[in-house]
Amino acid sequence: METVVFALLNGVIYGLLLFMLSSGLTLIFSMMGVLNFAHASFYMLGAYFAYTLMEGSNFWIALFIAPVLVGLAGMVVERYGLRKVHARGHVAELLFTFGLAYLIDEVVKIFWGRTAVNYKVPELLDFPLFTLYGAQYPAYRIFILLVAILMLVALWYLLRRTRAGLIIQAALTHPHMVGHLGHNVPMIFMMVFGAGCALAGLAGVIGGNYFITDPAMAVQMGPIVFVVVVVGGLGSLEGAFIAAMLIGLLQTSAVSINASLADIFGFLGLAGTSEVGGITIASMAPMLPFLLLVLVLMVRPTGLMGDREV
Amino acid sequence: MRSTRTAVLAAAVSAIAVTAAHADTIKMAFIDPLSGAMASSGEPALQSFMLAAEHINANGGVNGDDIEIVPYDNKVSPKESLVQLQKAIDSGARYILQGNGSSVASAIIEAVSKHNARNPGEEVLFFNYAAVTPAFTNEACSFWHFRFDAHTDMKMNAITDWVAKRDDIKKVYIIGQDYVHGEAVAAAAVAQLKEKRPDIEIVGNELHPLAKVKDFTPYVQKIISSGADAVITGNWGQDMTLLVKAAADAGQKIPYLTFYGGSNGAVAALGEGAIDTLYQVSEGVTNLDASPEQYAMIEEYKQRFPQYDYYYDRAFTTLEMFDAAAEKAGSVEPIAVAKAMEGLEVQAAYGPATMRAEDHQLQQNLFVTTVAKDQKYGVDNTDLGWRLVDGGAISAEAASTPTTCKMERPE
Repeated sequence: METVVFALLNGVIYGLLLFMLSSGLTLIFSMMGVLNFAHASFYMLGAYFAYTLMEGSNFWIALFIAPVLVGLAGMVVERYGLRKVHARGHVAELLFTFGLAYLIDEVVKIFWGRTAVNYKVPELLDFPLFTLYGAQYPAYRIFILLVAILMLVALWYLLRRTRAGLIIQAALTHPHMVGHLGHNVPMIFMMVFGAGCALAGLAGVIGGNYFITDPAMAVQMGPIVFVVVVVGGLGSLEGAFIAAMLIGLLQTSAVSINASLADIFGFLGLAGTSEVGGITIASMAPMLPFLLLVLVLMVRPTGLMGDREV
Repeated sequence: MRSTRTAVLAAAVSAIAVTAAHADTIKMAFIDPLSGAMASSGEPALQSFMLAAEHINANGGVNGDDIEIVPYDNKVSPKESLVQLQKAIDSGARYILQGNGSSVASAIIEAVSKHNARNPGEEVLFFNYAAVTPAFTNEACSFWHFRFDAHTDMKMNAITDWVAKRDDIKKVYIIGQDYVHGEAVAAAAVAQLKEKRPDIEIVGNELHPLAKVKDFTPYVQKIISSGADAVITGNWGQDMTLLVKAAADAGQKIPYLTFYGGSNGAVAALGEGAIDTLYQVSEGVTNLDASPEQYAMIEEYKQRFPQYDYYYDRAFTTLEMFDAAAEKAGSVEPIAVAKAMEGLEVQAAYGPATMRAEDHQLQQNLFVTTVAKDQKYGVDNTDLGWRLVDGGAISAEAASTPTTCKMERPE
């Protein structure tokens, strides 16, 4: 029972963090039709910006300013980089974001060094909130949960209940028509790109100090975010949400399962002493998202909720 | 115009020729992670070697020659290490320093043996300062490899001796990194506990991916629900820090018996929760009694590299022993140095250190330490420091284990 409760709690938090990261990516994809390889780099920038801002001020200021700065950086990238490259087609755009990811990596290493920085959880939230089955649960995790839910609701409200959301949705699918109606479509694209990056930045701000802030965080997070977006269906926010939760729960609960492959497939004659049979589910946890990716692409090439082929 | 250019070129060429003719530096290639998740283990080691080299150079060098430590970043990848090793050998390094990751060390031992077989007269020696898989000085031993750190079985002996004395420990959880080192630690722990305390139940024996886990909370919750009284881990680098961080967040208050609790950031992550819960076994800690020179060295290290603490004492022992061996051999040629090093004894900071000739395993004192307040030297910029536990000093003889090594030696 306690295993299930903890796996659920941790899985939901990790899943929401993943969604925060991938929602921006999937929005940007629906808009430009191109996967932004540098997306996880904006997540890293968020964490580093917050770390630097915290030195001069405090966490709460960093929580608001850092995502804005990341968003601004995203807008600059869109306005002066992607938009120029856009004319040369998707391959050029893809290569551009690919190069950008490496560029941001190196810049981070030059400014903040090659090792992890000491980006700490704010003292105000650094206490155990409650005790569950003998284990304390840190308040900061619940804070992550709250911020993520707040963001989720705000995003949903913005896209589904406001006029701005209406125009954005229209611009995503019918940019020319929206342009003819007198809206500044390039401007909308720039804003959406900036907002997507800001969301990734926010994930970095609240995730960077809970996990670890080092130059490798973008490279390590990148593949998972792509899995979320592809499994959910490219361009689908709902899909990204479902996929993020699925992967979050899958990964955290797998770690707590002690069973080995032999226990599950024993009826097929797989022995626990054999090389394959001895593999435990827990040790397979890092592989599961990618297994899910392959399976989903085989069964449903559009992803869970998407309407276009990858 | 043209003649000026020629003159400049000639001057430049002759300058290079002069430097080459002197050849008064001994290049030592340091191949370890200097970026990424494990750089917090590689960087302080590099700094320790550099400081040790500076001191030897300032005291007249090695037979009059200067040591130069050249860093190569291997990102803890055996494949990348072999590329860097070739680069290092091509640039004239005849001595290789590496320690972080037995998977890497194993690749280097093999590559160095091949290189030496194919290039007689240009041999390369490998000084391993931290890769502790026992095989390297047992069944897989090599004449070209010297280990300056106590290996897994030796360190585990110290840990299990401590556990054997604690009657309140009935259940032990073993967690480690999923590669040859983690496996060796788990195997040693299981075998030794069975022998010393057959009543202890091993409630968990788990391996997690190396340098990939960002959040150890699920693992810690597993440990808590297993009801363990103590945890044994061989984790190092980020895997050490994040594991104890998750344990601290969960409010866990059981002893963590570690090889590398001294990893940068582990004490800071635990804060006062580290007192009497974090234990490590190592070749020395700064708060042991030592000579004034050693205290001066510790202080110089902290002053020069404020981000880290004096931790890699064995780096200093390594170069000291190299210096002594080269002097004894009257040469800095690898084979002569290797032969001189066999059986050599030097006075390290925390006791005598002898290089056992039959397997090239350094025999040195080991110390079981834990975290306490108000020590001479704090770590991680906190007021917490390492102190010796009662009966925690283990002499080199007691720490020693027999070897199965059958070494092939060059003529």
